[in-house]
Amino acid sequence: MRLLTISNMSVSHGSTSAIKNVDLTIDKGEIVTIVGPNGSGKTTLLRAIIGALRPDSGTVLRTAGMRIGYVPQRLSIDPTLPISVSRFLSLPKRRSQKDISNALGLAGADALDHRPMTALSGGQFQRVLLARALLENPDLLILDEPTTGLDQPGSAALYGLIEELRQTTGAAVLMVSHELHVVMSASDRVVCLNGHVCCHGTPEIVASAPEYRALFGSGTQGALALYRHEHDHQHDHDHEHTHDHPHDHGSH
Amino acid sequence: MTIPTTTGAIEMMDDFLVRAVLAGIGVALAAAPLGCFVVWRRMAYFGDATAHAAILGVALSLGFGISVFAGALAVALTMALTVSALSGRGYAMDTLLGVMAHSALAFGLVAVSLIKGVRLDPMTYLFGDILAVGKSDLAVIWSGAMVVLGLTIWRWQALLTSTLNPDLAYASGINPKREQLVLTLGLAVVVAVAIKVVGALLIVALLIIPAASARALARSPEAMAYGAVGIGTLSAAGGLWASYLFDTPSGPSIVCVAAVLFLVSNILGKTRATG
Repeated sequence: MRLLTISNMSVSHGSTSAIKNVDLTIDKGEIVTIVGPNGSGKTTLLRAIIGALRPDSGTVLRTAGMRIGYVPQRLSIDPTLPISVSRFLSLPKRRSQKDISNALGLAGADALDHRPMTALSGGQFQRVLLARALLENPDLLILDEPTTGLDQPGSAALYGLIEELRQTTGAAVLMVSHELHVVMSASDRVVCLNGHVCCHGTPEIVASAPEYRALFGSGTQGALALYRHEHDHQHDHDHEHTHDHPHDHGSH
Repeated sequence: MTIPTTTGAIEMMDDFLVRAVLAGIGVALAAAPLGCFVVWRRMAYFGDATAHAAILGVALSLGFGISVFAGALAVALTMALTVSALSGRGYAMDTLLGVMAHSALAFGLVAVSLIKGVRLDPMTYLFGDILAVGKSDLAVIWSGAMVVLGLTIWRWQALLTSTLNPDLAYASGINPKREQLVLTLGLAVVVAVAIKVVGALLIVALLIIPAASARALARSPEAMAYGAVGIGTLSAAGGLWASYLFDTPSGPSIVCVAAVLFLVSNILGKTRATG
């Protein structure tokens, strides 16, 4: 089932064009990853999809009633705002304690309910953001560099979790990532963005496309093969082995 | 005939003191939860600009012979909307607010002096004159306060989501710009009703100090808002009592009590956190 159709969309920030003539569709249950250098318009594309930016031209067509779960790239909570994990998860809709525990469990962040948001480690914080997105019961999960600030085992565990969630919830996943080798193994389709869609298709097609190689070099194809192996290997470990390290989300 | 006169004087005094306390509590009720958002969103200077502009509103309303509340509200609202519209357009916000806040205040004070036939002491509106609050003032203050309080409660979840992250709000179908407008509107109403109670220079104190005091002890946004209401109410009542006792100006006395409560709650918060 088609969830999202973007046709010929252009978005600009003031007078500078951010992305031009983007076409993109997303179907139920698929994982689509956007890659591209800094400033290539990846976040702009996501923000246009959630409705935070208005396209100059073109259309974003969402299937009626489609629910979006959004995990932003950065979320800094002002130290003057006291908020616990379970209160944070009750925004903007009030959720029952049971739903909250379920979502935290799904996101691999059990028993964090009563912690203040500012006392979470980087990995815990990302998982709580994911849990909040899951509470929307999303048809489409949108993640903007979900592994920012995580170490390698942590980010591998998070990608494993995202793939697992796709299977258990049936939600489609649209994410932005810098970790090319991970992306290549975990996605059904890859969109290479650089102000416009350079190339687009299965990971194998994109990795061998000259446009992609011009942006990222040819080294990533080797990494792809390597990572596929690692990824299969790590999948069984679940996320118990996440090596979260404390990240300060604002001091008092 | 000294006894009846004294009783009359006491009755009169009680009457205006009761009105003053009610006025102070009314303002505290609306200002405290709104003040939490001002603190969380770092809008203190925004509040200042709105409040200072209200002085210009007072001058204009005296010049045109309309109610002070309406004049202050109109100009405060214009200022708040202008600042809101300019925000996020690449201006340096603190500079812009500094320019607008102080020029509005200066123009207001000059305009007050130019009004012919009306001898107005600008001190009344800079520092407030809560003891002069009449029955109709009280009605205006409480209606305004209830509107703002109702608006804040109604929009609470959406406001909180937008405050945490505007994109989270968008993704859930909330327009954070509309929520910002709600805050702007609420702020203008609070300024307009509070100008007589604490005056333009100290309104922001009533927004921020109770919220900041409650922060030290609160563990949830709601607890902070309730705490701010409590501390604001206590400041209003305590400040009036102190000003009656020591014959000090009422508006500043209210803010002084709030400041002392801020200190106390922060010390309590620190000892609780470490102990």
